[in-house]
Amino acid sequence: MAVPVAFFALFFAYPVAAIVGRGLKVDGVWQFGRIGEVLTRPDIREVLWFTSWQALASTALTLLIALPGAYVFARFDFPGKQLLRAVVTVPFVLPTVVVGTAFLALLGRGGFLDELWGVRLDTTVWAILLAHVFFNYAVVVRTVGGLWAQLDPRQEEAARVLGAGRFAAWRRVTLPALAPAVAAAALMVFLFTFTSFGVVQILGGPGFSTLEVEIYRQTAQLLALPTAAVLTLVQFAAVGAILAVHAWTVRRRETALKLVDAAQTARRPRGAGQWALLCGVLLTVLLLILLPLGVLVERSVNTTGGHGFDFYRALASVDAGGGTFLVAPLEAIWNSLQYALVATVIALVVGGLAAAALTRRAGRLVRGFDALLMLPLGVSAVTVGFGFLITLDKPPLDLRTSWILVPLAQALVGVPFVVRTMLPVLRAVDGRLREAAAVLGASPLRAWREVDLPLVRRALLVAAGFAFAVSLGEFGATVFIARPDRPTLPVAVARLLGRAGELNYGQAMALSTILMVVCAVSLLLLERIRTDRSGEF
Amino acid sequence: MLTLESATVRFGERAALDAVDLEVAEHEIVCVLGPSGSGKSTLLRVVAGLHPPDGGRVLLDGADQAGVPVHRRGLGLMFQDHQLFPHRDVGANVAFGLRMHGVSRRDQERRVGELLDMVGLPGAERRAVAALSGGEQQRVALARALAPRPKLLMLDEPLGQLDRGLRERLVVELRTLFGQLGTTVLAVTHDQGEAFALADRVVVMCDGRIAQAGTPLEVWQRPASAFVARFLGFDNVVEATVTGAVADTVWGRVPVPEDSPQGACDLLVRPAGVRIGAPDEGLRCVVGTRTFRGNHVAVRLMPERGPVLEAECALRDAPEEGAAVGAGFDAAETVVLPARF
Repeated sequence: MAVPVAFFALFFAYPVAAIVGRGLKVDGVWQFGRIGEVLTRPDIREVLWFTSWQALASTALTLLIALPGAYVFARFDFPGKQLLRAVVTVPFVLPTVVVGTAFLALLGRGGFLDELWGVRLDTTVWAILLAHVFFNYAVVVRTVGGLWAQLDPRQEEAARVLGAGRFAAWRRVTLPALAPAVAAAALMVFLFTFTSFGVVQILGGPGFSTLEVEIYRQTAQLLALPTAAVLTLVQFAAVGAILAVHAWTVRRRETALKLVDAAQTARRPRGAGQWALLCGVLLTVLLLILLPLGVLVERSVNTTGGHGFDFYRALASVDAGGGTFLVAPLEAIWNSLQYALVATVIALVVGGLAAAALTRRAGRLVRGFDALLMLPLGVSAVTVGFGFLITLDKPPLDLRTSWILVPLAQALVGVPFVVRTMLPVLRAVDGRLREAAAVLGASPLRAWREVDLPLVRRALLVAAGFAFAVSLGEFGATVFIARPDRPTLPVAVARLLGRAGELNYGQAMALSTILMVVCAVSLLLLERIRTDRSGEF
Repeated sequence: MLTLESATVRFGERAALDAVDLEVAEHEIVCVLGPSGSGKSTLLRVVAGLHPPDGGRVLLDGADQAGVPVHRRGLGLMFQDHQLFPHRDVGANVAFGLRMHGVSRRDQERRVGELLDMVGLPGAERRAVAALSGGEQQRVALARALAPRPKLLMLDEPLGQLDRGLRERLVVELRTLFGQLGTTVLAVTHDQGEAFALADRVVVMCDGRIAQAGTPLEVWQRPASAFVARFLGFDNVVEATVTGAVADTVWGRVPVPEDSPQGACDLLVRPAGVRIGAPDEGLRCVVGTRTFRGNHVAVRLMPERGPVLEAECALRDAPEEGAAVGAGFDAAETVVLPARF
């Protein structure tokens, strides 16, 4: 318990508090009046308003599009289902920068739709909403579909026998059982879209800005720390509220539901209606998820002289970018892999210890810690990154020039995933198995090794994969602290996109493709070992 | 072998074990019998070292076990729901304790084979635990507990989850097996049939205390209290005042054995000791329900005064429901219960 608490205090609470303090304190006196000042500014109000409504709209749209998908994945059996489930999850672990880039390639200037029909959406809110749906489709399918697959169909059948029509039975029996999962999924989507950074940064243009983007702008471009500090606090409060609601719905979901083995509830679709539904969902997945990814790949090989690998080749040289980089962009791959690996180890240790502590103890304090672990998902990554820079630069903790800074920041994002994945599995290990081992002569350590470890090994691997993928894609904090000569993949992509010229654009696409492939491969490997019990992501 | 000296465990206000003294001799099979919540599982956990006692001592072979961790006590415990390791096959489950004790691989294999033969699952080493039926799991759990040759084998509701036919067969097998191996056994159960069939000695527990201890026959014939009597399924218990060989009760004067203790007490009349006769003989009753029990019929009688009286008679002698009858009592089937609980 002590290690996770210390980790969060030092690498999360301290930097965030420091940066808020720096923004709101003048000569050691707190200036709370600034909160009011900032919040009454029209431009800030606009940002707040846009952040809220785009998050609501994204959530609603995601639910609308993904709920049929959840049903299809839960109740139907069709060839290629496993693969498809992995495919729809790929976007979720993709770096936001890549998602932004993919939609730019699809909807932007000179993009796929622009070439075909002259349709451009990149400066409209639709591009952002669609990208958010693309990103969060898997959250709904996994959270809702996972539970739906385990609901006993016989309960609905019992309602039918008692005289309820097909729809009435669904509304009265299935929907109430499902409602907490839907609410939890909706809240997660809301949280992710509310704090959206990379997607809005790339697709929003000057017209649209979320809180997180505005924090970045105020901090990095305008150097207006007080404004950034206030916005950080606002986002903190909002995220805290969202997490509280989320924790509450999750707890409600854990109340007695009779669950059955998911493998037994799925069957082949029957009748025209069900086939139509299946085809509709497959078409949605094709258009919404495969098309953007496909276009991204296509752009990366679409050079002026026809299709080829010029952009990929250019990645290997320093000069091709016209002075964008101190090193060849290709080195970013190696950097990213190293950073992500270290971040994964840190996240596993911290998250594993936290999950173990949460399993052993119950009580209000521990429950509070449970929620606290989710905060890094929602608190401005930009603030964390900048906070790292200003707090960890003097003795005794002078890490500014140390490479460990980047993995530390990335691990912050990885920990919540590790905890979420490990907690249900650890909680499911029956304490009496440990007792049985002890009676048979196993010391406590030996019992843990012989009983707990084999049972949670799969979950541990899954958690490691998630932590690796999100570390690989972390952008908001890394963009601040990655040294110019050691950029990570997402940072390199963003930098390339920030420059004009076809070569830069093509290289960004090529680099994004590489990043996507790395993420997708680690995810597909995970899908093979995934346990049904693990987590809600 | 095992000695408990005023072992006490409290959960808040409630005492799960209230100063329990218990002795289990070498090669003895002792069965602790009690309703759920009487503290019998806690008793096993205290002996195993899974729960520290709040007071009193646990001694094994005369050595105080305070401070000795679970894995060093050398005991065997079969859990109520078996707790087989789901990620290991049958053979690995049985071999677990041997591995913990550093037995060589070759000896492990030999012993696992022996044990599986013994519990009637020869050649089941490679089977998955999840693929076993309830009875088979129970056998594997037993083999696993026996494998490291524990000083004392403890069984928590060993047959609780099995259906009746299997249970009756297994209880006989267990008794034979323990007799052959000379295992010292401490079992807990809520099923009196199981306890009586398995045990050399039965200990009846009530609210964390020992209500009675003795051989199955002793407990059956002479329940020590109204609680024990009722727990054994006897409901004909009334307050009485004994004078000589006669007890005064709400049912009238009931004959009791010659040497019964005198004065105020509880009186048990076994159903077999209730004779049904003509309405003008003895206590007047109306016949309530009749329940066919195989070799006899259980008849509920509503006496003109006092609580319901249960009687037992042969099928051909059973009166019609609603008939008026007279009830007499047989001194040999009445027991004066010495203590009130």
